[in-house]
Amino acid sequence: MPGPAPDERMRPAGRRNTQGIRVDPEAEVTHEPRQAVLSALVKHRPGVLSEVSALFSRRQFNIESLTVGPTVDEDIARMTILIEEPEPGIDQAKKQLRKLVPVISVTELEGESVRRELALVKVSGEKPDDVNAVADMYDGQAVDASTDSVTVEITGSKQKIDAAVEAFEQFDVQEIVRTGAAALERGPTTLDKDV
Amino acid sequence: MSERASVPKEDEESTESTDEQSPVTTGAQSVIRALENAGADYVFGVQGGAIMPVYDALYDSDITHVTMAHEQGASHAADAYGIVTGDPGICFATSGPGATNLVTGIADANMDSDPVIALTGQVPTEFVGNDAFQETDTVGITQPITKESYFAADSDTVGDNVSEAFALANAGRQGPTLVDLPKDVTQGGTEVEPKAPQTPDTYDVPEEADDAAVQEAADAVAAADRPVILAGGGVIKANASNALREFAMEYEVPVVTTMPGIGSFPEDHELSLEWAGMHGTGYANMAITNTDCLLAVGTRFDDRLTGGVDSFAPDAEVVHVDIDPAEISKNIYADYPLVGDAREVLRQLFDAMPSAPDADEWRDQCQAWKSEYPMSYDTPDDEPLKPQYVVETFSDVTPDDTIVCTGVGQHQMWASQFWEFTEPRTWVSSHGLGTMGYGVPAAIGAKLAAPDQEVVCFDGDGSFLMTVQGLSVAVREQLDITYVVLNNEAVGMVRQWQDGFYEGRRMASEYPWIPQFDKLAEAFGARGFTLESYENVEETIQEARDYDGPSVIDAHIDPGENVFPMVPSGGDNGLFALEEDHLDMI
Repeated sequence: MPGPAPDERMRPAGRRNTQGIRVDPEAEVTHEPRQAVLSALVKHRPGVLSEVSALFSRRQFNIESLTVGPTVDEDIARMTILIEEPEPGIDQAKKQLRKLVPVISVTELEGESVRRELALVKVSGEKPDDVNAVADMYDGQAVDASTDSVTVEITGSKQKIDAAVEAFEQFDVQEIVRTGAAALERGPTTLDKDV
Repeated sequence: MSERASVPKEDEESTESTDEQSPVTTGAQSVIRALENAGADYVFGVQGGAIMPVYDALYDSDITHVTMAHEQGASHAADAYGIVTGDPGICFATSGPGATNLVTGIADANMDSDPVIALTGQVPTEFVGNDAFQETDTVGITQPITKESYFAADSDTVGDNVSEAFALANAGRQGPTLVDLPKDVTQGGTEVEPKAPQTPDTYDVPEEADDAAVQEAADAVAAADRPVILAGGGVIKANASNALREFAMEYEVPVVTTMPGIGSFPEDHELSLEWAGMHGTGYANMAITNTDCLLAVGTRFDDRLTGGVDSFAPDAEVVHVDIDPAEISKNIYADYPLVGDAREVLRQLFDAMPSAPDADEWRDQCQAWKSEYPMSYDTPDDEPLKPQYVVETFSDVTPDDTIVCTGVGQHQMWASQFWEFTEPRTWVSSHGLGTMGYGVPAAIGAKLAAPDQEVVCFDGDGSFLMTVQGLSVAVREQLDITYVVLNNEAVGMVRQWQDGFYEGRRMASEYPWIPQFDKLAEAFGARGFTLESYENVEETIQEARDYDGPSVIDAHIDPGENVFPMVPSGGDNGLFALEEDHLDMI
């Protein structure tokens, strides 16, 4: 086809970054991944969990944990999702989540929200007193014991549980199960389920 | 002639039943009643065990069923019907393989935001989960490619499921929905009439955009030196073509469309730069690259449009109008996000414009690009027939409202480049999913949707062969469609990429075993023609058009012809190649 070759054409000066944002003093933003807690109220019906988890996997959003449970309204469940993404990814995740038909509302909880996780740690039963002592340090308690093993329950923030798990490593950890975070806003704020 | 006309029905002898509906007695009747209430007139489908109760209820309905040769064709026909009418197209299939065969068409509709509702049979509820005969997890398979997939749980509410699915397919950003219908649910008794179509209470449909945001955006467009409108498929979906034309012509802003946006703005208007992207016109890609203010309406900035995002409209402030908030800043950051219905927002913008942009110089530049990068091709006598000539010749002799359907591949690009489109809903193609085989069944859906408009389908030899069984439907229904196979005995786009990017290693792309399509057409009962040279192009087209029924022109084109301009995948739109050699420079 006729026309000037690619290197003979007029060119603009600007450019965009990989997020499609124009790179210039006004619009330039650096996007480091950050952690966000999304709280979603969803219709309590079969298939909702798979719909939400499939969304996060097919759009390649990084999720750290996803928990789901009932609310005061039996027709509505609440999902708490910890994601780690750069700002545009968090924004996309919220909008895509809101688009799902069974999703009633999506709220990002503030950094100071109350977040708790529960872990059960099964360790060797050889030194039960030492295990109890460590459990006490983390406000945990033994919930099951046999001649070969002790199972300890720990509740708290992610950091606290990470630290507890590390401390238990001296007792030959046999198995760990963690629930992922549950989270609520501090103060009287609630999610408006009439959204 | 529809199937209904050829299969006499009991109640057609006593015709008084058309106004007064008899009460429903089964779940299946409730399903059909929901479709009737929604205004359905055609259903495209294929029978099968688990869907039989629904078909049995259809026997007493005024809805016309078109029996397709393959379920994939049913979903594509419904998709095309949705594109042409703007209302949801409907397809039926049975459980298991019937449902999985629909999947390609559902995914296609999802990518292009085409309104489609799919109803699938399912094994009886008590067998679900047991790996029963023809059982598949249809909801699980289709959930990621629909707006919502419903599993009907109860005969009393199955009609409501269908009503809601119909409304949802049509509302806001259109798209496909599905209702999976276990046989016991459709067979089961109920006297509950379905509710009127209504979207779910969690589904918001934005209409007008925020006034203050509109004002800021309008000020930005008015202040621009080099403004361009980018009109996407959403303009057509929102019936906003007139609003777009009024805005562009009043404020004299050049218009580029996306491929799905073809027809939203008349390509014969001087402000039209036709469409941008991988195989878009040179002038559209120059304008997109050099604009300082891009007013993008109803587009999701697909990678085939943008090329690499780092070089897409790099100087432009972007005003992005979309009904789906999730599209805002998904691929291209929006400086002025306007969430709302394209028609409403274009009218708001029209009113908010303080003045027309001062862009005489820019418009002159755009016109200059049109002369610098003309969409031209040579027709040397000693070379085989050029596909562009076939498309252009056909375009010249047909009315403006002629509907053009295509498969996917080189032929699709030539059809979109060399046909002159002036009206919305006349370009029916598979964009986002790029589904080879879309053309044959899509033309069937398009013709039934618009019986008074001429329908032509350009296809490639590879694409045509994938769904050629649909010709049996076109023949049975006596549909006046002209199929033009631009036959280069290859999956030409793959062959083009192999020559450009894989050192000419033509692995599995050449089809020297292709059948004689004219004879194949005759075997189906259609008229068949062959084109070998320039001599009889016009008269063959005329003969095929004159034939009252489906015809197939097997046009043997230059097998070496490639599609240009071309922006390589992820490339810079401004550096489009005009010929093979340019690919090495960019």
